[in-house]
Amino acid sequence: MDLRLRIWRQKNKNTTGKLVTYELPGISPDMSFLEMLDVLNERLIEQGEEPVAFDHDCREGICGMCGLVINGVAHGPEVTTTCQLHMRHFKDGDTITIEPWRAKAFPILKDLVVDRSAFDRIIQAGGYISVSTGGTPDANAILISKESADAAMDAAACIGCGACVAACPNGSAMLFTGAKIAHLSHLPQGQPERYDRVRNMVQAMDAEGFGGCTNYGECAAVCPKEIKLDVIARMNGDLIKSTFLSSGTRKMGPNATRNGK
Amino acid sequence: MTGVMTLYQTSIGKKVVMAVTGAILLGFVFVHMFGNLKIYSGPVALNEYAEQLRYLGKPIFGHEQLLWIARVVLLGAVVMHITSAVQLTMQSNSSRPLPYSVNTRTQPAYRYASYTMRWGGVVLFLFIIFHLLHFTFGVVGYSSGQFVNPHGGVYEVYNNVVYGFMNPIVSIFYIAAMIALGLHIYHGTWSMFQTLGISNEKVSGTLRGFAAALALVIALGNISIPIAVLTGIIGLS
Ligand code: HEM
Ligand code: SF4
Ligand code: FES
Repeated sequence: MDLRLRIWRQKNKNTTGKLVTYELPGISPDMSFLEMLDVLNERLIEQGEEPVAFDHDCREGICGMCGLVINGVAHGPEVTTTCQLHMRHFKDGDTITIEPWRAKAFPILKDLVVDRSAFDRIIQAGGYISVSTGGTPDANAILISKESADAAMDAAACIGCGACVAACPNGSAMLFTGAKIAHLSHLPQGQPERYDRVRNMVQAMDAEGFGGCTNYGECAAVCPKEIKLDVIARMNGDLIKSTFLSSGTRKMGPNATRNGK
Repeated sequence: MTGVMTLYQTSIGKKVVMAVTGAILLGFVFVHMFGNLKIYSGPVALNEYAEQLRYLGKPIFGHEQLLWIARVVLLGAVVMHITSAVQLTMQSNSSRPLPYSVNTRTQPAYRYASYTMRWGGVVLFLFIIFHLLHFTFGVVGYSSGQFVNPHGGVYEVYNNVVYGFMNPIVSIFYIAAMIALGLHIYHGTWSMFQTLGISNEKVSGTLRGFAAALALVIALGNISIPIAVLTGIIGLS
């Protein structure tokens, strides 16, 4: 199939970019979307042009690196990661517009590559449990109901790809942050720090410059791991409870102190 | 108190303010709509209702005391609701400095309501101001001699309403505003359950249904009145 691509080209963080049009004939419908871009890049290199920079790693839908906005939809027309999207979802003669994730908190580094370290800082603020090292705990020493285990696993499926932010008209990171909080909030191991965690992570999320949530639902519609809006409701509920259950801002971990003291 | 302020400083906390104040306004618009329907019981019933409102909470509260408390709470709710809405809108607007050149919504058309919340809210705000100037103070929308100020001890609320809606432009504006209110309530009510952490996968369908029913009842209940006046089902007493 023959395609026309409109791709966002941007030299670096400090310049502004623009959409550049490329003709790309002879693409097989069996190729993945990233393989199609590989073909484009090989041809660009042969012509002595700068190849298009795009992120990718596992190419099997688990690392979350390969985010692209394809024709205005994060990860394109199928609910999966870009690397798992195949060219059979497009038609011969199609024009495909490819843009990077657009969010103030995700600065564009080059072309289609964005810096998602804002997510890492949200995780650092509380997306973990504090355990003192020691002997290996016995298996099944802590009982977990099937419902809780399922709910935690569903939330834990989030791969941190950032499609939720990219798709959200508010540029909100609530689905990602909610998934990380819900994952631990459903498990017994997450309980001791549950309310400090939610407060710290929500504050970190706001500090990165993401938008607020108005429940459009665009995030859950594009999430390749089918994270549900439920995780946002749970985060909201936990944050409200935290207001009444633990006061002051307390950092997490074994040396946790209250109000920064 | 520090906990509440810490909550308010977050984006979610501002949503909680919108949800709580929204719930207050929601309770008000429902009761208000229900009261309005007394117009179908005739002039005596509606005028009496207007008078009795001044004695709300009797005998604990004196003349107009509870009414004034309600007015202050509602005004406070509107101010807090709008303040949070503006703060959150500014936060959202700055979160994506460069827009996409291709924007595709993946959500079904019935989620249209979620895209009308901000401008629809502005319409509601303008409507609230017009509504007060119109039916409460009688300074807009009437020819001279039509409006009898209910604050003077004489209650001609029934005729005030009928005269008001005999003006088709006013009626159309009310109907349009009630459609905006219906959309706002449909998304807002479900959004409220989500913000307060009440919604989850099992109940969200039911909650959406409840939101839709509430929105329809409130919007249609109010819309029926200007239509009844314009079609002559209800006339001057
Ligand atoms: C009759 C008056 C009103 C009622 C009954 C009402 C009710 C509500 C409710 C229940 C919510 C949901 C809160 C939440 O997100 O959890 C809401 C949200 C909202 N309201 Fe209102 N509201 C009213 C007037 C206004 C006005 C005058 C504005 C003006 C700016 C406004 C703007 C908004 C916005 C922007 C949202 C957030 C939208 C979203 O979450 O998608 N509202 N409203
Ligand atoms: S919630 Fe879904 S869309 Fe958002 S980062 Fe996680 S996997 Fe990606
Ligand atoms: S490259 Fe790893 S998820 Fe797509």
